[in-house]
Formats: sequence, C-alpha cells, structure tokens
Amino acid sequence: MTHQPLLIAGKPYGSRLLVGTGKYVDFEQTRLAIEASGAEIVTVAIRRTNIGQELGQPNLLDFISPSRYTLLPNTAGCYSAEDAVRTLRLARELLDGHKLVKLEVLGDPKTLFPNMVETIIAAKTLVADGFDVMVYCSDDPIIAKQLEELGCVAVMPLASLIGSGMGILNPWNLSIIIDNARVPVIVDAGVGTASDAAIAMELGCAGVLMNTAIAQAQHPALMASAMKKAVEAGREAFLAGRMPKKPYQASPSSPASGLIS
Amino acid sequence: MLKWISIEALALVISLTINGQSHSFTNAPTVSEMLTHLELAARRIAVERNGEIIPRSQFDTTTLNADDHVEIVVAVGGG
Repeated sequence: MTHQPLLIAGKPYGSRLLVGTGKYVDFEQTRLAIEASGAEIVTVAIRRTNIGQELGQPNLLDFISPSRYTLLPNTAGCYSAEDAVRTLRLARELLDGHKLVKLEVLGDPKTLFPNMVETIIAAKTLVADGFDVMVYCSDDPIIAKQLEELGCVAVMPLASLIGSGMGILNPWNLSIIIDNARVPVIVDAGVGTASDAAIAMELGCAGVLMNTAIAQAQHPALMASAMKKAVEAGREAFLAGRMPKKPYQASPSSPASGLIS
Repeated sequence: MLKWISIEALALVISLTINGQSHSFTNAPTVSEMLTHLELAARRIAVERNGEIIPRSQFDTTTLNADDHVEIVVAVGGG
C-alpha cells in the first residue's frame, strides 16, 4: 500500500501532524518544536494587539513564516457563532485572503467542550462566505456527518478535553466517524504522548492536531520529533492492516516441528 | 466678543475606542495615520471599524470618525 498525501480542500500535505503555537516559553522554542514536528499546517490564534507595548516586540509570524507553513487561524476563545465568524474574517484579511481556517466555538470555559449548535451556525456562514473550514467538534458521529454535508473540508473530533492530555477516550466513536466520513477526520485535542497519536492514526484518522502535548513536554522539540514518528508509524500500521486479535489463543512464531529431543 | 482664535483651538479633538480603550486624536485620522500614531504601521495587523473590516488597501483613504470602535488584531500563539 502506498503512502498518499493528506488532501485538504484539494491541496496535498506530506505531513499528517498538525501543530499549534500556544503555550511555548518563547517564539524560538516554538520555531524549534515546529521544525522538529515536520508539520506543514500550523495553527495560530487571533487577538487584539497590545497598543503601546508592541514596538520592538517580536511577532509570531517572524518565526513561523506564512511562506513556509500553511497557517491555520483558529477561533479559540470564541463562545458564539458571531464572534467566530468575525474572528476568521479578520484572520483572512490579516493573512492576505487565506481561506483555510479552524473553526471552534466553545460552550464551557471549564471543559472547553464545543458548542455544536453555534459551531454549525458558524460553519454554514463561513462555507457560504468561501472559507475552507476545518471544524473542531464533539465525537458525535451524527454531528460530524452534518458538518461534512454542509461543506466543511475536514472534521476534527476531540479525543479528550483540550489541553488535558488524557488520550483517546472513545476510540469507538472515532471509528464510526471515520467509517462514515468522506472528508479527512483529524483528531484535535486530548493527545498526551506519542502512543496516543499512534492510536489515533491506527484507527484510521487522516491526521492529528495537537499543541499542549508538545508545548508542555519537558523537552518540546524532542516530543515534537516523537509525535512526528508516532503519526507516521500509526499511519503505516493502519495501511499495513493489523493482525486480528485472538484472545487466549497463543500461536508460536517458531516452527512447532524439528525440536531437538 | 471673541476677536482672535488660535489655529490650535480650531483643531478638532476626537476620541476613538481602540481595542477597548479610549484614544484622543487631533483631527480625524486616516487608518494609516492612526497606525503610525500607535507605532503599529509596520506590523502585520488587521483592522476592523464598527464591526466592518477595513482592507489594507484602503488604510490611506479611510478616515475614522469620532466615537468609532476600532479593533486591531495580530496572529498570536494558539492551538
């Protein structure tokens, strides 16, 4: 089985690992981790500029060049469809007409669980406005299908809560979503370490998006490298097709005959 | 009876709300003039006035009005 690139809105990407840029100590650490991850799609947030404090301050985009990476502006922190749409229209202007965006509309500040009613309203508006929408969502197969049908270019269910590092909590729901999807399914949120990323890919996810697992590791660049390998390994294992599980049925790998006696 | 008014007194001081804070300007500035005043002219930013985006190509020709609500945003780290 050959490796296929990840296709999002018709554009191929060699890496199936997508990474965020938050929670790093500084922009240099961000740059080094993202380089080590091999990611081509990199999320950024949109915020008010600090008036009077910006002069001479480094800018994220000086370290993460829009010419080198596909930037994925997000709507983190938005709790209504209106705010999310407004944020992404500003992002499009900021990034010179860039169409690919990550939509997330949150519903609760404690769990950061998405508000899927508002998310669907925002997705419809953004699709009609010409955006290519990658959408953060709950791991509900019906919602995921609806988001695909209304024109989102990727659905991105959570594996567990944003920033929790709790890993893949409901592989069965993810499998149902993947089986039904015609657009890429990308696990977004909850991955804590390399094995989590590998599990997501073994399930058949098209990719994994993560931030905290790399940024909050003791050595972010090293974890980024581990995540790159885990995503690749998980993808290859998925393509290879694992052996069936045979509970309580041992089967020796060495010949059963010709033993010395 | 007022016989003499200084040029300065004729200048109109207007107030804009920029990123939630009040800023005063002498005469209504264009977007470009506002950004220069705020030392943001060279930054990669996007500007919204009263909920409507102002394209970069119109920064020089768009004049802000008193009591406009202006948002100036940048890309920052996020996931």
